[in-house]
Amino acid sequence: MKIFINGKAYDAFPGEMVLQVALRNEIFIPHLCYHPRTGPAAKCRACVVEVENLPGLQTSCNLPARDGMQVTTNSEAVLQAQRVVIDLALSSGKHDCLACEQNGNCELQNAAYFLGIERPSYEFALEEKVPDASSEFVYVDRAKCISCGRCVSGCNNNVVNEVINFGNRGFHTKIIFDNDKLLGESSCVQCGECVQLCPVGAIIDKRAIGQGRSWEMEKVETVCAYCGVGCRLELHINRKENRIIRITGVEDSPTNEGMLCVKGRYGFDFIASPERLTTPLIRENGKFREASWDEAISLIASRFRSIIEEHGSNAIAGLSSAKVTNEENFLFQKFMRREVGTNNVDHCARLCHSSTVAGLAASLGSGAMTNDIAGIKNADVIMIIGSDTSAAHPVIAARIKQAVREGRTKLIVIDPKKIVMANYADIYAAHLPGSDVALLNCLMHVILKNGWEDSKYIEERLEGYEELRKEVLQDKYKPENVEKISGVPATTLHRIAEMFAKAETASIFYAMGITQHTTGRDNVWSVANLQMICGNLGKIGGGVNPLRGQSNVQGACDMGCLPNVYPGYQSVQDEKIREKFEKAWGRKLSSETGLTVIEMVDGAYEGKVKALYVMGENPFLSDPDQHHVISALEKIDFLVVQDMFLTETAEFADVVLPATSFVEKEGNFTNTERRVQKLNIALTPPGAAKADWEIIQMLANSMAAGWQYRTVSDICDEINQLTPQYAGITWERIGRNGLQWPCPTETHPGTPYLHKDRFARGLGLLRGIPFIEAAELPDEEYPLILTTGRVLQHFHTGTMTRKTPGLNNLAGPMVMMSVEDAEAMGIGNSEPVKIATRRGEIEAPAFVTRRIKKGVIYIPFHYKESPANRLTNPVVDPVAKIPEYKVCAAKIRKIS
Amino acid sequence: MYEEIFAKYSADKENLIAILHDVQNNHPQHYVSPEAINRVSEYLRIPVSHIQGVLTFYTMYSTRPRGKYIIRLCESPPCFLRGSESILAKLKQLLGVKLEGTTSDGLFTLELCACLGVCGNAPVMMINDELYGDLTEEKVVAVIKKLTGGEA
Repeated sequence: MKIFINGKAYDAFPGEMVLQVALRNEIFIPHLCYHPRTGPAAKCRACVVEVENLPGLQTSCNLPARDGMQVTTNSEAVLQAQRVVIDLALSSGKHDCLACEQNGNCELQNAAYFLGIERPSYEFALEEKVPDASSEFVYVDRAKCISCGRCVSGCNNNVVNEVINFGNRGFHTKIIFDNDKLLGESSCVQCGECVQLCPVGAIIDKRAIGQGRSWEMEKVETVCAYCGVGCRLELHINRKENRIIRITGVEDSPTNEGMLCVKGRYGFDFIASPERLTTPLIRENGKFREASWDEAISLIASRFRSIIEEHGSNAIAGLSSAKVTNEENFLFQKFMRREVGTNNVDHCARLCHSSTVAGLAASLGSGAMTNDIAGIKNADVIMIIGSDTSAAHPVIAARIKQAVREGRTKLIVIDPKKIVMANYADIYAAHLPGSDVALLNCLMHVILKNGWEDSKYIEERLEGYEELRKEVLQDKYKPENVEKISGVPATTLHRIAEMFAKAETASIFYAMGITQHTTGRDNVWSVANLQMICGNLGKIGGGVNPLRGQSNVQGACDMGCLPNVYPGYQSVQDEKIREKFEKAWGRKLSSETGLTVIEMVDGAYEGKVKALYVMGENPFLSDPDQHHVISALEKIDFLVVQDMFLTETAEFADVVLPATSFVEKEGNFTNTERRVQKLNIALTPPGAAKADWEIIQMLANSMAAGWQYRTVSDICDEINQLTPQYAGITWERIGRNGLQWPCPTETHPGTPYLHKDRFARGLGLLRGIPFIEAAELPDEEYPLILTTGRVLQHFHTGTMTRKTPGLNNLAGPMVMMSVEDAEAMGIGNSEPVKIATRRGEIEAPAFVTRRIKKGVIYIPFHYKESPANRLTNPVVDPVAKIPEYKVCAAKIRKIS
Repeated sequence: MYEEIFAKYSADKENLIAILHDVQNNHPQHYVSPEAINRVSEYLRIPVSHIQGVLTFYTMYSTRPRGKYIIRLCESPPCFLRGSESILAKLKQLLGVKLEGTTSDGLFTLELCACLGVCGNAPVMMINDELYGDLTEEKVVAVIKKLTGGEA
């Protein structure tokens, strides 16, 4: 289809609006309320044009292009009408450009420039409006607001936080937060979506005020380093000062479509933190002293060599990192396997999704999230179980909320806490931590009893059905009986089963609430069982969707930083595979499966592991049973920590190596939907800090490895050769939007969803899974169930987020407890209390709420002053070796 | 009170306006309180900001506490021509409040409104659901006196 603009023909796509066609072809039409991400609103009237055979002037933002349409954007009548609109907008607010943050980036200013308006011609008596500076990160000046409604649309339709709306009417219309509260006192989560959408200087980044003009800032795209969603960021950089001024979301990114969360947008202070390590450190007489790279590297090499000679290769273990690139993870495991000669390499995926990898690899044949983020909107029913999605994966939560808001998708939320997502749910059920298998078996019980399963799918694509039937059809999984185990009413269980099974396409999203149990693998397999019998795998919008918690935890697993597999999940015990790697790397490799994270700590404690090489991890705060971890770190002979900061773990190190942050290096991250995306260098690293891949290569070469990687792309080439899933994801091909593995050839487009037509393992394997209780249950002495997790404002052990004061102001340590329990114990809100388990005791303020069940308490694990993992139970899943962070017995007492 | 009101209406969004009226009318201070907004928001699953938007868009809702009696004096031209201005001045003086103000005893709130449809009896005011026409300053004094229990 062609339309004519000012006499010239342009191609237009079906459904495209005239304004979109014009903008795509770089024909400027002033517009204020239209934004590609909030759509046509036709409110501001700035985009009017003349169209042949249509009366008067037409708003081009909501005028669908039709074949042969004749549009005029530059006639005097059009420009005059546009001038009036822009003039009125300028006249009705305090649009003083001189000191305005938005100067140079302001769409009102651009329109005035285009139309040649020098100063507003109407003089209104303007109401005095006091700026709202109450929020940590977002500054609101209503005197500059033009009531375009983009922030209202963004807040309600994009991120679906539903905080902003219009209040009053007519001349007094203004944007309001909740029931006209100050922004900082409202329910705003400060994701900054409104900041990014505001066309003028009315809603801006508070901390960027006075930090420089938009044209002074260099823009570099990269990938966020927090959770596994993998949002693409645009960094706005002051090149002279080598620092980030602000961050915006990349609007055409398929992962985040411009949206970010408070961490991704505002939690970047750690990069320029004065606490960054700038030089290698060596411990001498109990204290650290600065050292040169040569000295530090040769000390490590010589100690590693002597330990290998004396105690063998398996006396050294390495913790790789879900925070560094694929290339760096690849080199790390190659170093451990080739130079050290051991498979003792693992990383924090052990603590989050090892049960997913184990459970899904066995049932489906691939351990990754089966579906993609963009497909979320195609689900008829979404079930979230054991994932505080809006806190831990806010942008995926936004996608789910969008789908619900559109009206097509129904939402089921099952979680011990009444999480924010429960507000959007059609059915919410609070189950007791550790009752997941019983609950999921119960759902299958109801489904099979009613014949709601997909029998054709079961017959054609699955095996093990009879065994599953035998297990779940037992009377103990009747809703009435499972009500007693899970605390969820039988009628609710029945409703969930019916809604879920009757959906054409249903997907399940889960995270640590499913995985971090001694029955983690059972839980995961039960999720897979449910999805298989309902025929929800191998299609768009369905799937088993484990949400990965770290920016590159998927990549670290893919790259073989696991003790049993090489890159691409190729078993170290498979002779053929081992030969392939031995040939490629020119060295004999160990066939013995290595140690997992927990086993490394135990090994250090028992004196079997003599040296530990930790890259970008902080087991001091992340591993269960802190006292045990501390004694292990004290006992170990030689500890090397490679990090950006002197972490709690690094305090125990013999050598500390300064690493670069994610904005100071190149490489790839693989997000939760298996999308490989490229990081770009934005800043120069502080002092002598080096990229992890450079450090690993220096260390390897000082142990006579003879590596010759000149750039990250050289490592990427090797990954392509050795990892079948990554074979086609070459450095040159990745591009801005990345590629989703499996991508076996250089012409393969990547794979948005897995198991289409055929499971990775052939047939999907169903298994009857008996319900087993958690390892430690409440008793008289410890009557409460303690469960742990994250909050929105902080990340993991806080190494990064706690360097941003605003985030600390928003969320500190706490123990969430029910009103019933608090009243029984006489504990008031925010009163400091002591929380104890059989492992230890911590102090934290009580957060008394109706959002948690009686008998259950919850503590976020980010805080070193109230370390939740001093309390957690280090008992692990027998197969996946994941610790039971989500259930242990605890007690609370008042501090009198 | 909320349970009784919600029992009358299904939890559909289109019932918002009617529910807000009931909530306001059942409140002794004739307004929709922040607590009420939260309760309605939970029941209808409409964001608080949307409800606030509706409440402040329509003039018949109030988000501030008001008196037991709400006086709405017609400000349309027929009443104006028949002397509503002097009635307004009298009311202000009698009650000691400005427009939109509430007396310190919490009894009266003074508001203006558009045509009440009985121009033949102009000037006109409404107090709660009661209509008072052919107003004179003396008549106003008597009405207020009656409502305050004869003390004014």
